[in-house]
Amino acid sequence: MIMPILLIVYYSFLDIHGNFTLANYQKFFTPVYLKMTLSSFWYALLITAVSLLVAYPTAFLLTRTKYKQLWLLLIILPSWINLLLKAYSFIGIFGTYGFANALLEVFGIGKKQILFTDFSFIFVSVYIFIPFMILPIFNALDKLNPSFIDASRDLGASGWTTFRRVIFPLTFDGVKSGCQVVFIPALSLFMLTRLIAGNRVITLGTAVEQHFLVTQDWGMGSTIAVFLIISMVIIMLLTGNKKRGGVG
Amino acid sequence: MTEQPIIRFENVTKQYDDDPPILDNVSFEMEKGKFYTLLGPSGCGKTTILRLISGLIEATSGKIYFKDKLINHVPANKRQVNTVFQDYALFPHLNVYENVAFGLRIRKMKNDEIDKKVREALRFVNLVGFENREIKEMSGGQRQRVAIARAIVNEPEVLLLDEPLSALDLKLRTEMQYELRELQQRLGITFVFVTHDQEEALAMSDEIFVINEGKIQQKGTPRDIYDEPINRFVANFIGESNIIKGKMIRDFLVEFDGKQFECVDQGFSPNEPVEVVIRPEDLEITTPDRGKLNVKVDTVLFRGVHYELCSYDENGNEWIIHSTKKAEIGAEIGLYFEPEAIHVMRFGETEEEFDARLESYDSYGDKDAD
Repeated sequence: MIMPILLIVYYSFLDIHGNFTLANYQKFFTPVYLKMTLSSFWYALLITAVSLLVAYPTAFLLTRTKYKQLWLLLIILPSWINLLLKAYSFIGIFGTYGFANALLEVFGIGKKQILFTDFSFIFVSVYIFIPFMILPIFNALDKLNPSFIDASRDLGASGWTTFRRVIFPLTFDGVKSGCQVVFIPALSLFMLTRLIAGNRVITLGTAVEQHFLVTQDWGMGSTIAVFLIISMVIIMLLTGNKKRGGVG
Repeated sequence: MTEQPIIRFENVTKQYDDDPPILDNVSFEMEKGKFYTLLGPSGCGKTTILRLISGLIEATSGKIYFKDKLINHVPANKRQVNTVFQDYALFPHLNVYENVAFGLRIRKMKNDEIDKKVREALRFVNLVGFENREIKEMSGGQRQRVAIARAIVNEPEVLLLDEPLSALDLKLRTEMQYELRELQQRLGITFVFVTHDQEEALAMSDEIFVINEGKIQQKGTPRDIYDEPINRFVANFIGESNIIKGKMIRDFLVEFDGKQFECVDQGFSPNEPVEVVIRPEDLEITTPDRGKLNVKVDTVLFRGVHYELCSYDENGNEWIIHSTKKAEIGAEIGLYFEPEAIHVMRFGETEEEFDARLESYDSYGDKDAD
C-alpha cells in the first residue's frame, strides 16, 4: 500500500538524469502548473456539482419507486463497462456524424461541434461518475427513518422545509461520501481529457500521464502526483465524518 | 352542558387497495380537554385513527371534523394537532433544544420568544439543564419527555400519543402514566393516547375506545368498560374474565353450568342464549357446602398481591380466581359471588342497543354496587 507512494515521493526529488534535486517542486509553483492545478480543481468541482445535482433527485425518486433495487442495478450497470469503451462510444455519439448531431439536424438546429468541448467533457465525466454519487445518497435516503418525515410534517413543516431541515441534513453523510468518490478521481482524470475534450482541457492527471509516457520526466510527473495525493488527503480530512454541530 | 366536540369522525373508512379495510365505517366524537385512549390489539386500526387525525394519511371515505370544520384534505402541517411518535422520531442531527424549537422555527417565531417557549416546555417535562444534550445521550425516558416537549411547545389543541410508553421498562412506565395524566390535566388539552396495554388505558383515561378489527367495539369510562363489557372480545381484552355460555331464563335470572343464579341483568327474551362474565376478583373462596359453585383447584400461582387459582367445575369449565386466600392443588372448593358480580352479554349486540338496554336498568336501584 505505502510502497508506491514512497516511491513516488522518492522520484519527485530526482531530475530527468536521476540526480537529486528540488527543481521539480520549484517548477510546480510556476504559472503553467498552477494554472493547470486550478483548472483541474475547477473541472473536478464542476463534475462533482453536476453529478450531485442530478444524483440527489434521482436517488430520491429511486427510494420511492416500487422496484428500487432493480432500478438501482440498472444505474450501476454502466459502471461495470470499461471506461475506455464508454469513452469511445461517446466519441461515436458526439462526433460530427454521430447520433447527437443527427438529432440536432432533425430539430432543425443543425450540426454543432459537440465533441472536444467543455460540455462534452463534463457530460461524459458526469455520466461515468454518477453511479458512485447515486449509490451512497440512495443508501442514506433508504436508511432514513420515515417517521422523521412524519414528525417534521406533524410539526408544521411543508414538503420543502422538511427536505431542507430534515431529509438533507440526515443524508448529508451520503452526499459527502458521494462527493468524495467523485471529486477525487475527477481531479486526476486523464484519458477523457484527451479523448472527449481533445486536450483542450489539461488537468494534472493529463500532465502526469504526459510526463511519464511522453517526456519521460518521471521526476516532474511524480511531483505532480505528490501534490495530487496531498490534495486528496486534505479533501478526505475536510469531508471526513466529523460530528456536526447541533444548530442546523 | 354539551360542548362542541373537538374531533368528530363520521363513517370514516380507511382501506388500502382491495385489502379488507383497516378502519371500517367508524364514527365518534371527542370532547375538549379529555383524556381518550384508543385501546386494542396490534393491527386493530388504532394507530390509523391517530394518523387520520394528524393528517399523515387520508381517509378513503367518510368525514373528519376538527371543531366542526371538515379537515379531510387539510395537510398534516396545517393542523393544530401534534404527535408523540412511538419511536419518538427525535431528529438525531439536532440537540434537545433544537428538537423542541423545530416547530417554532418553522413558524418563523422570533428567537427570544422561541427561547422562552422552549425553556418553558422543557421545564414542563422536567428537563431543565438538558438543552444542549445530543439525542443519543438521552435515556429512553428522557427522550420521551423531549418528544412530549417538542409536541406541546406548539400549543396544540389535541395531543396524539402513539404508544409512547411501550419502549420503557415497567417501573418507568408506571411513573410516566402518572406524569402523562397530570400533564394532561395541567395543560387542559385533549389527549388521544394509543395503547394495547389495558392497564395503562384503565389508569389514565377519561374515556376508552376499545377497537378491534377496524371497528370500535365499545366506548366508555374505564369503569363502564370494565364492569359492563359489551362482548366477549372486550371482556377478554380488558382484564381477565371467566366467560361461560348460559341462558337467560327471564329478567334477573340466568342459568349457566346447569344451575340458575340470581342476577341484575334484564331486557332479554325468555330463554335467550347468552354469555356470562364473572371477573376473577369477584369470586370468593369458601367451603364446598357454602359455595354457589363447586370447583377443583388445578394450579395456584402466587402473583404478589393475590393468588391466581385456575380451577375446573364438574362440566369442565375453567374458572380463574383471584384471591388473597390460598388453596391446595387438587382441593374441592366452593365459589361464592354476589348477583351483581354476574354480567350477562347478548350475542351480536351493537353499542347503541347495548347502551339503550343499560339505560333501562336505571329503574333498578342499587345496581352500581360491585
